[in-house]
Amino acid sequence: MTSRAMTLAGLFLLLLTPGTGGSQVPGTDGAGDHGGPHGLDGHGANATNKAFPVLSFDYKHVQMPFEISLWVLLASLMKLGFHLIPRLSSIVPESCLLIVVGLLVGGLIRVVGEDPPILGSQLFFLCLLPPIILDAGYFLPIRPFTENVGTILMFAVVGTLWNAFFVGGLLYGVCQLEGTHLGRVDLMACLLFGSIISAVDPVAVLAVFEEIHINELLHILVFGESLLNDAVTVVLYHLFEEFAAAGGVTIKDVFLGIVCFLVVALGGILVGAIYGVLAAFTSRFTSHTRVIEPLFVFLYSYMAYLSAEVFHLSGIMALIACGAVMRPYVEANISHKSHTTIKYFLKMWSSVSETLIFIFLGVSTVAGQHHWNWTFVICTVILCLVARVLGVVGLTFMINKFRIVKLTTKDQFIIAYGGLRGAIAFSLGYLLDKVHFPMRDMFLTAIITVIFFTVFVQGMTIRPLVDLLAVKKKQETKRSINEEIHTQFLDHLLTGIEDICGHYGHHHWKDKLNRFNKKYVKKCLIAGERSKEPQLIAFYHKMEMKQAIELVESGGGVKIPSAMPSTVSMQNIQPKKPTERALPQLSKSREEEIRKILRTNLQKTRQRLRSYNRHTLVADPYEDGWNDMFLKRRRVMELGKKISELNNYLTVPAPAPDSPTMARARLASDPQAWSIKPKSDSIPTIQVDLASPQSPDSVNMVDEFNKPSKPTEAEEEEGLMMKAPSSSADQKERKRDKEDGVEQQRLARCLSDPGPSAEDDEDEPFLP
Amino acid sequence: MGAFHSNPAEQTYRDLAEKTGFSVEQIWILHNRFKQLSHDEEMLRRDDFKAIPDLACNPIRSQIIEAFFDQRNFQTNSDGTAHEIGFEEFLTVMSYFRPPSLNMTQEEKEDLRRAKLRFLFNMHDTDNDGTITLEEYRHVVEELLSRSGAIGQETAKGITDAAMLEVASTSVGHMGPDDVYEGITFEHFLKILKGIEIESRMHIRFLNMDTTVLCK
Repeated sequence: MTSRAMTLAGLFLLLLTPGTGGSQVPGTDGAGDHGGPHGLDGHGANATNKAFPVLSFDYKHVQMPFEISLWVLLASLMKLGFHLIPRLSSIVPESCLLIVVGLLVGGLIRVVGEDPPILGSQLFFLCLLPPIILDAGYFLPIRPFTENVGTILMFAVVGTLWNAFFVGGLLYGVCQLEGTHLGRVDLMACLLFGSIISAVDPVAVLAVFEEIHINELLHILVFGESLLNDAVTVVLYHLFEEFAAAGGVTIKDVFLGIVCFLVVALGGILVGAIYGVLAAFTSRFTSHTRVIEPLFVFLYSYMAYLSAEVFHLSGIMALIACGAVMRPYVEANISHKSHTTIKYFLKMWSSVSETLIFIFLGVSTVAGQHHWNWTFVICTVILCLVARVLGVVGLTFMINKFRIVKLTTKDQFIIAYGGLRGAIAFSLGYLLDKVHFPMRDMFLTAIITVIFFTVFVQGMTIRPLVDLLAVKKKQETKRSINEEIHTQFLDHLLTGIEDICGHYGHHHWKDKLNRFNKKYVKKCLIAGERSKEPQLIAFYHKMEMKQAIELVESGGGVKIPSAMPSTVSMQNIQPKKPTERALPQLSKSREEEIRKILRTNLQKTRQRLRSYNRHTLVADPYEDGWNDMFLKRRRVMELGKKISELNNYLTVPAPAPDSPTMARARLASDPQAWSIKPKSDSIPTIQVDLASPQSPDSVNMVDEFNKPSKPTEAEEEEGLMMKAPSSSADQKERKRDKEDGVEQQRLARCLSDPGPSAEDDEDEPFLP
Repeated sequence: MGAFHSNPAEQTYRDLAEKTGFSVEQIWILHNRFKQLSHDEEMLRRDDFKAIPDLACNPIRSQIIEAFFDQRNFQTNSDGTAHEIGFEEFLTVMSYFRPPSLNMTQEEKEDLRRAKLRFLFNMHDTDNDGTITLEEYRHVVEELLSRSGAIGQETAKGITDAAMLEVASTSVGHMGPDDVYEGITFEHFLKILKGIEIESRMHIRFLNMDTTVLCK
């Protein structure tokens, strides 16, 4: 697959050479020559001298979109390629491979003589980072996040601060040593560098952790930390940048720094929440324009990010807050297709972004001007590692006093080892002003080295280590309805116990928040009936829909979409209803007689009696069709008499005295029928017509008759049918049949004790 | 009982602490609450529970209150329901909500888990026949959805059926068309709730109980 890459890269280079080179990709002003297409400028005189250009080459005016598309295409093809080489993708994480590809491409460009583009901060922060963060924020698992939010905040805030000061301070100490030629690096610069390098990067963490499928707790801890430390990083960065420029720092500045941190973090969250509520509110009205629903989600989130960036608030936190706030309401409002669209678009964009980021990292490594200083770089790497380990261990010791599920040593190791640095650090370093920070190149070199080290060494070895240490992996089981029921039950139970204890713990507050949400917020933000839908029912419907979709996708119900195919079905769990028979007991002899009739007359019937009980009798359709089932009137009349003698066990009330034709009775709503075989005269012969699978619902006979009978259905079918005689439609039918001379009788679903039709009770007492 | 500071009371507390696993201070706090709920009487009745205002909006309120009077939860090998309970029984029921301590062996954790799940099981199995039947389960779901009006009641049946089907499928596997799945036994119950870490989720933080908030 690398050959493909090479050809692509070659093509790219070919096209680059005529164009401008050596600048950041979006920075080029791709305004080409717009002066009219292809030579027809209105200089009529000149134009007529040259031959009309049939084919011309004008690259300039498509250069920028062309280059961008080519890069994205390259990135996507790389991704494709890696997965076609099976062994490679299981050993080396994708991020490493992509960086290597970036290195190669950058090298190629260098070899050709051009300057490769560097990952510009503008491009990175405004275009490449938001999709990844939005994807993470929208699909953030809220429950584990909120359960561990204390731990996550501790790691994010205190841990990052510790890292920054530890690395910065010790590096300053190293720089002060003689012999390193680093005396120019002052304390502020070192601290600034420390704050840049100390932040755990969400992109890198996502890229590596998604492949190792670690258990939910560790995943959310490391990932949550990488998201929430953005606020700390932003504040520290700006703080130290100011201080380094200003030269000195006072206590007031430190205090302001703390205030600034709170403002940045909370402000970011607030901005995100506002936009989230707006998005939810907008989605309430989109029921008529379903097509643009996903667009609202993306636009509002991006606006939240940009708005936060305007005020130098934490854009990442704004994005996460926006996604997390809007999700429950938007999902209740939008259609299923929009939901799928949002999911796939987010995954697609974040995937492409991630790929591009890593490739660009590789290219930038080749492109940048480096200043390699052995001491600085080596010390940075070592100090980063040491700081991380110390930080995690120390913090866990303190946190474990407050946690119920303590973090074990294995957990701590994975958390420490998972602190990967990535492109955010690089971009922040790139943003540094060269005037104030002459050692910027050295910083960049060190940053890139740390990034490479963490991504390559830690990224590659974490998977075997996870297996070696037997860290708990993510459980693959889907959430079942039982778990959902009991989770809710537990929530209410614990809230109740807290109330009994008189202790306002976090269950109490969570319950209050839920009730507030249900009472006020949901009514505003969710359209229609769904605003009142309790969570359990929503979950149940979602599950049903998923199962239905699975069923359809698996080819129409052939395969049972469950892990363990079982033959348990609804009827197995229904409790036996022993005494609810509304129908009279048949005496034994009568029952025997009925059985005899059925047995002797059900010819050629594949009796698929799944279960025989008194209430239902199921059999297969009679193969010869029901075209044979014409009875003469005489037989029908005799039949009618016989049936009435049988006391209507098999059917239907006796025909009314004024109708000579057979009584028609509709016994059940499904068109299962027996037809009478024209054989013996004395015994009413019954032939099985259609079979329908036994439904677990017992048919309530009275209701059956109260239901308007379905004459149309009856008329379509040619089998024998019996309906209540007094219904007018039947009268007409009977007359018609009388004229045709065709009498048909059909017993739909022989129920041994059918009740009379409601209209017919004036006739015979049906029940003896 | 006499004043708190007299020795017999402390001795009782220590005995209770050993029996239930709470610390003496936690027992003292809980005893205060008990006396507040029972208006300084020795026994607690159902009405005292019903008088707690915060509990009024809890959908499974009645089941929680019943659990306190269910003799199966008193660890005395008896069953039936009590009419009123004393402090020791109150404490025993509360002890089901203690968090696991740090130095528990795997076996102890398993026992704790079984005990907590047994408590939950007893809450569902109201007729004490050892299984949760479809009717009982339906009652549970209906109670959970009791605040949702008509929609809740109709779907409760569907949800219960789906849940029961799931239990039957995962626990028993293959059943002929005539077999009837009688109800969820305790072992099946353990199995279906394997995914939820009960020992760490079913707990109250007794550590920071602030007695000044006990105004209701």
